[in-house]
Formats: sequence, structure tokens, C-alpha cells
Amino acid sequence: MKAANDTIGGPAVAAPEGREQRAGLLGRRLVWRRAWKAALQVVNAAGLLTLVTIFAMPFVWMLSTSLKTLPETMIFPPQWIPGNFVWQNYADAWNTGPFLNYFVNSVVIAVGILVLQMLTIIPASYAFARYTFKGSGFLFGIVMVTLMIPAQLIFLPVYLELSTLKLLNTHLGLILPFASSAFGIFLLRQAFMQIPEELLEAARLDQAAEWKIILQIMVPMVKPVLVTFALFSFIAHWNDYFWPLVMTTNETARTLPLGIAKIREVEGVATWNVLMAGNLILVAPILVVFFLSQRQIIKAFVYNGVK
Amino acid sequence: MAKIELTNISKRFKDETVIDNLNLTIKDGSFTVLVGPSGCGKSTTLRMIAGLEKQSGGDILIDGKCVNDTPSGMRDVAMVFQNYALYPTMTVRGNIEFGLKNRGVAKSEREKLIKDISEIVGLTPHLDKKPQSLSGGQRQRVALARAMVKQPKVFILDEPLSNLDAKLRGQMRTELIQLHKRLGTTFVYVTHDQVEAMSMGDEIVVMNKGVIQQADSPMRLYHDPANLFTAEFIGTPAMNVMKRSELSGLDVPDGSAAGYVGFRPEQALIGAGPEVEGWVIDGEIMTRESLGSEQIYQIRSRMGVFFVKAFLAPLVSEDRVQVTIPCGQLYFFGADGERLRGIEARPLQPAAGGAKA
Repeated sequence: MKAANDTIGGPAVAAPEGREQRAGLLGRRLVWRRAWKAALQVVNAAGLLTLVTIFAMPFVWMLSTSLKTLPETMIFPPQWIPGNFVWQNYADAWNTGPFLNYFVNSVVIAVGILVLQMLTIIPASYAFARYTFKGSGFLFGIVMVTLMIPAQLIFLPVYLELSTLKLLNTHLGLILPFASSAFGIFLLRQAFMQIPEELLEAARLDQAAEWKIILQIMVPMVKPVLVTFALFSFIAHWNDYFWPLVMTTNETARTLPLGIAKIREVEGVATWNVLMAGNLILVAPILVVFFLSQRQIIKAFVYNGVK
Repeated sequence: MAKIELTNISKRFKDETVIDNLNLTIKDGSFTVLVGPSGCGKSTTLRMIAGLEKQSGGDILIDGKCVNDTPSGMRDVAMVFQNYALYPTMTVRGNIEFGLKNRGVAKSEREKLIKDISEIVGLTPHLDKKPQSLSGGQRQRVALARAMVKQPKVFILDEPLSNLDAKLRGQMRTELIQLHKRLGTTFVYVTHDQVEAMSMGDEIVVMNKGVIQQADSPMRLYHDPANLFTAEFIGTPAMNVMKRSELSGLDVPDGSAAGYVGFRPEQALIGAGPEVEGWVIDGEIMTRESLGSEQIYQIRSRMGVFFVKAFLAPLVSEDRVQVTIPCGQLYFFGADGERLRGIEARPLQPAAGGAKA
């Protein structure tokens, strides 16, 4: 009886055991995979945090320094959070020179350049993208070549030109050399080229004039690209140091970056706290513009990636 | 409403001649379908009527007026594109309204027109949505509404249904026919699908390689094709065509210039008795397609492979069959593909009968 029982029971019991073993193996594999995934996530997050730290640290350092007293800026090891916040630094920075003047100049010049660029690059890139006319390839080639010429190479002839036109030390003299942008034309041309021809045909059948097609159909479709370009242009000209330095001889048209640089020279000693306060005044408007257009910029890149 | 006349139209792209000396009259209020394989010049013809493409030679008249130099917006034509070409940054309302605004229609008038149109095409609940959030069928309706709201003399539709799924396509087909009935405007429709052409058009223009093969009503095209191309293009499966030199069992008069003989798959009878007089072909069934109400057989004979279509008949299970084609249902074509009329062919008596005697 017992033997019979064993023979019957043997395989019957063995089968579930095997299954359990397999299930256990599978379960262990699952656990491993989960652990691996979690580990990857940790590494990923750590990497991102490191990057953020690297990029944010100078900025935080600037912010912290701008609120310290001068002796505090020299302490070693450095203090991240100032003992008490010296807001006076900002007022000091502002009062080292005609800062209101610098600020207005910066706004007028950066915005002026931007407006002029929009007026020139939109029609130009539309024409390059949508029409083939005599010499269009050659002309576009010229536009592309200007991308490769550094400003340092042409500032002298431009200086002489502006001086003959009596445009030195004027806003116009700082705006006009940047009235158009090869980079902008290139960027926008590519965006315009992606728009299907049928849309333009539909608009023509709808009796839309050419300027209406550009402004009401084409431009809204490339808005993310346009915003991205506008931001690049604004930052570049807001921060530009070289060009205004060369093209101005007095304070009438000087911009913020020149004003900030002058803080260093005021007392002979580098007043880091005041200097950093000045720098914050310089970058604040850019941060505001960036936060306002951030979503459009991301869209521009995602849009191009998906399409 | 308008009649469209194309006289001596030609179109060249650089060195390549796409259309040469084309003459066509599209009747006022007709639903004319241009159909043909891709690259046959049907879309180019359509785009020349719309003014999106300039003809290299010849005249285009809409409503008796020469529009050669009229820009597309002023021709009073509206077009529906294959990919809809809706303005993606505008709402449905904005899309429909754009053409009206450009024409300087007053605001109150515009609102009334949009309201009426959106009720007709069933878009009222979607007026403030962007095209991206609509389904394919709804986008198609927006494109239609945008065209209709301008109340044009001519509607031009360039393969408007090919982006829709089969079921929706059938539904939109019926809607377009109804729309044409209601508006009574001239419709010019381009498609490569002969089924679409047959089911919608009251006038079909078959084109191939830039040349009009035949322009006629659907039934005339089917029953009385002018040449081999039309005969083979219209109908599914296509007409069976055999070379005269390979024929057997059929006596074509020696004097005739016939180079090809054709018959429609649906005119051939499988296993008909001797009471049906006609050309008898022996063959072997290779494949059977059963679609429920109809069956399509692919049959191999000594003269090559051909198709037979039967309606509401039980599926034939034998492998070897006799196919009878009544003599009146035979079509004859010259060696150049032109249709030859008035040829009387006679079936030869089956050789089996002679052997018995």
C-alpha cells in the first residue's frame, strides 16, 4: 500500500514543486529587474543634479555675493548665505554711473535690433523658402557666408562707415549693423520650407494677398522658431560688450554691460559685492524674457524633432 | 454654376510634356470625374482649372470667360485638397471665415453664412476647435465647408477621400453626391479609383499619359468603351482581353482588323448548358474569392488566365469547368487598342462533337 501510494504521490507532488521553483526563479528575476531599474533611476537623478549644480553654482554664488558686505566676500572658507542681506549693494551699483541711462540704452538697442530683424528676416526667409528667382541660390549663398565672418574682422570698416555717417554714439549706429541676421534667415527659411505647399494654395484660392498669407498663416505656424530666434537675438545683443565698447566714445549710447564693467574701476579696489549686484541687474531682464518664452522654445525643438 | 471649356491645352514641366493638346468641355452643373492611373495628368488638369498651375498653351474658359490670366483667387473656384490643407493655427470658424474676410464680406453676413454651412456639414459643436483635435472625417467636412461657404461657380476636389478609412469613405461618397444635388454647382473631381469615379460621377473623363481616352457617362463607359485602355480601366476585375492570334474556339472574320478580343468577367457563365449560344472556353479554376453576394474565379485556359465573376450563385467546387461567353458580349479592339464595332464573331463548334460522329 505504502509503495503504491509513493508511486502515485511522487510525480503528482513533484509537478507543483517544479512549478513553484520556476515561479520562484521568475520572481527573483523580477525583483532583480526592479532593483536594476531603481538603481538606474538613482544614477540618472544624481547625474541631473550634478549638472544642475555645475550650471547653477556660479549663479547662486553671484546672488549670494551681491548680498554680502565687502569683507564677507573675502572670507575663507566661503559663506554661502550672507550674515545679513545687504540690499544697499544694488543701490550702490545703480549709483556708480548713469545706470538708468545704460538700462534705457540697452532696452532701446536690443529691442530696436529685434524689431528691425523681424522686419527683414521674415520677408527674406519667405522669399528664399518659397520662390526661385534669378540668382536666388547665389544670394542665399552670400547670406550664408556672412554667418562665417566674425565681427572682429569687420568692425573697423563699419566704424569708419558709422563715423562718416555721424552715427557714432547714437542708438541708430548700434542698431543698424544688426538690422538683419543671416542666422535668423537660415533658421526661418528651414521652418517655412516645412509648410506644405497646399496650405499656400488654399490661401490663394481664398483670395488672400501675399502679405496676409505670410502674416496670418505662415508666421503663426513658425511661431516657436520665431520666438527662439528672438530670444537668441535679444540675449546676444543685451549681453554684447565688444560692439558697444568700440562704437561709443561717450556715455550717450552706452549699454549696461559697459556700465557694469565700469563698476570695477570706480574705487580702484574690486568691490565684488557691488559688481555682482550690477551683474544681477544686467541678467534679470533676460531671465524674465526666458521664463516667459520657455514653453515656446521647448516647443520649437520638440516640433522639429517630431516632424 | 458654370461650364468649363479647355481648348488645345498643353502643359510642359521643363522639357517634359505632361499634357499635349487637350480639349475638354465640362458641362454646367455636372459632377465630372477625372480618373486615370497616377501620373496621367488628371491632377495637373485640375490645378490648371483652379489656376494653381499655368498652362503652357491653350485657353481655359469658365462660364464663357477666358481665365488664362486670372489669378486663382479671382476665378470663383473653390478647392478641396487631398490632405485638407486646413490652416492649423486657426479654429474651424477661422478656417471657414478666412476666404469670406478676404472678400470683404460684412461680419453679420459672415456669421450667418458660417452658421448655415456648419449646420449643413454638422460642424456646429466644433466651430471653436483647432483642426488638430478633429477626426479625419471632421477635417474633411471643414475643408468642404470652407469651400462651400464661398458659394463658388465651380467646386474642385482633388482626391478628397483617399485619406479616409474605407467605411468613412463610402459614407462621404454618398454625402458628396447629395451635396452636389443640393447645390447644383459644377463639381470637378479627381481620383485614381475607378469605383469612386463610377459611383459618383455623372460624367467621367478617363485619362492616360496626358491624353483623354474617353469622356462619357458611367454606363456608356462600362458598356461601350472606346478603346482597350478604358475597357481595362473600368470594372473590377478588369475586362479579360486576349490576343487574336492566341484565340481558339472563336472565329473572327478574316477581313477584320481586330487585334484583341475582350469580355467582361461578369458576362461569362460557368457551366451553362448548350441552350446558351456562345464562345466556350475550357479551363481550370486556380483561385476562388467569395465575397458573399458574388464570387470571383481565376481560371487558367489554353489562352491564358482570365477572371469570371458570378452573382448570388453557389460556389463552384469542380476544378475543371466550361465557361460560356455569349457572342453579343464580346468586344473587339484593333492592334492599336481602338475599339472596332460591327464585327460578328461566330463560335466554332466544339471539336468533341466532330470526334463523336
